[in-house]
Amino acid sequence: MGIRTLLIANRGEIAVRIIRAARELGIRTVQVHSDADTDSLAVHMADEAVNIGPAQAAKSYLNATAILEAAAKTGADAVHPGYGFFAENAAFADAVAKADLIFVGPDGDTIRLMGDKAAARAAAAAAGVPTVPGSDGRLDDLVAARRLVEEIGFPVMIKAAAGGGGRGIRVVADIAEFDRMAPQAQAEAKAAFGDGGIYIEKFVEKARHIEVQVLGDGKDVIHCYERECSLQRRRQKVWEEAPSATLPQNVREKLCAAAVKLASAVNYRGAGTIEFLYDDETGDFSFIEMNTRIQVEHPVTEMITGIDLVREMIRVAAGEPLRLSQDEVRLQGHAIEVRINAEDPSKDFMPFPGVVETLTVPGGPGVRFDSMLYSGYAIPPFYDSLLAKLIVHDETREAAIERLRRALMEFDVGDLKTTKPLFTALVRDENVRTGAFHTRWLEQWLDTNTSRLA
Amino acid sequence: MKQILSPLPGTFYRKPAPDQPVYKSEGDSVAPGDVIGLVEVMKSFHEVKSETEGKVKAFLVENEGPVTAGQPLVDLED
Repeated sequence: MGIRTLLIANRGEIAVRIIRAARELGIRTVQVHSDADTDSLAVHMADEAVNIGPAQAAKSYLNATAILEAAAKTGADAVHPGYGFFAENAAFADAVAKADLIFVGPDGDTIRLMGDKAAARAAAAAAGVPTVPGSDGRLDDLVAARRLVEEIGFPVMIKAAAGGGGRGIRVVADIAEFDRMAPQAQAEAKAAFGDGGIYIEKFVEKARHIEVQVLGDGKDVIHCYERECSLQRRRQKVWEEAPSATLPQNVREKLCAAAVKLASAVNYRGAGTIEFLYDDETGDFSFIEMNTRIQVEHPVTEMITGIDLVREMIRVAAGEPLRLSQDEVRLQGHAIEVRINAEDPSKDFMPFPGVVETLTVPGGPGVRFDSMLYSGYAIPPFYDSLLAKLIVHDETREAAIERLRRALMEFDVGDLKTTKPLFTALVRDENVRTGAFHTRWLEQWLDTNTSRLA
Repeated sequence: MKQILSPLPGTFYRKPAPDQPVYKSEGDSVAPGDVIGLVEVMKSFHEVKSETEGKVKAFLVENEGPVTAGQPLVDLED
């Protein structure tokens, strides 16, 4: 192994996950942390911990200088960015490389290419991967925008070029609405992001979110099948599964082949995910974006393929070739992950940081619990609300849902409010059990089912 | 002395957005229901409102400072 000491530039459950993978590879771990995370599980577990600043992420987890100083001080030879924070920051990847350290992920140029929406769409189109009809780049001219929407047809989405994470998006149904909303969207984008540029994209009303996991070593790329993440609230995934609940085998093959083609075209190195919208009425799929990092929902892929994605991404970062060929990747059974967040679903998912008084973790056959919780832990209010991921695996989707129902019954965190009641209700829902949902289904369901979430 | 307390733990902001002016400055008067700042908890933002009437004597937490639930944010004088 070409890496001896790995610095983890992240926190929470993913930091714990990375420490576990590194340990299994015989790698020493250095956990950087903020003042608010001194008592975190990752800090307790790591071989060494370095405080890099105050609670606010901008002054600690997003302080590149402090992170690189910690790496130098501890003799780390590699940096794992996890997800969020610096995971898709090309300048940070460049800075790590410039400091003669290994960045566990693709190089800065690949991150830059895929992070630029227009360039990523162009790369997808060049690799023959279908993209959602829309503007090829940013639009500043409303006359050109109007011409384009007439051409691609309604409904369309107007997105702020400088937006992200679901912010600054409007859906319009006809040309009158477009004429009213487009100048408004432009003005708002200018006010919120200091940039009035917009994108136009065809809006698929009942789309499923399907994404393909890829692994590359800079030369070869393999896929590890797809995940479906159609159950979302405010464009945040809450329930993910692998394989998809409904994807026909012929579409699965096309989708996975398209993902490999795109990742190969950029000589991808590391773990990556290519996201698609899938319309199950027409069977059409189209490229949304590529995420050049490990994703929150990676465990469902690990469960159905038996591949440890975090270990593999560390190995290829260290310069090792992929150890598996495509025909060695076998899909077995069905896996589901639900996100246990510190939020109160009966109060519009109000954040609920608190102290873990008691904790009972689910276990038994086919159950995995990736978490940052321990008994007595005070959850800091400064970061996102993800506390743990409950993952189940079984022979079929139906059996996996039953196993999830059973595991949820075992999970107990005392008086803390979490999203557990949401999943307890969803496992009993007929649409969930038959896989009859799309990306906006959960929000509609929440409009009428809040009383079941107390 | 009257104080305004943080209803939630998190990060305290004195402005609605980085490029906008502060909600209240020292010496400003406040009425019940007036917004004096925001607390960000787990990436969601919540307004902090004054429950009483008075004049801002001092801010006890700097902009973007960490706060606990119930921590005094502002000293008020009559």
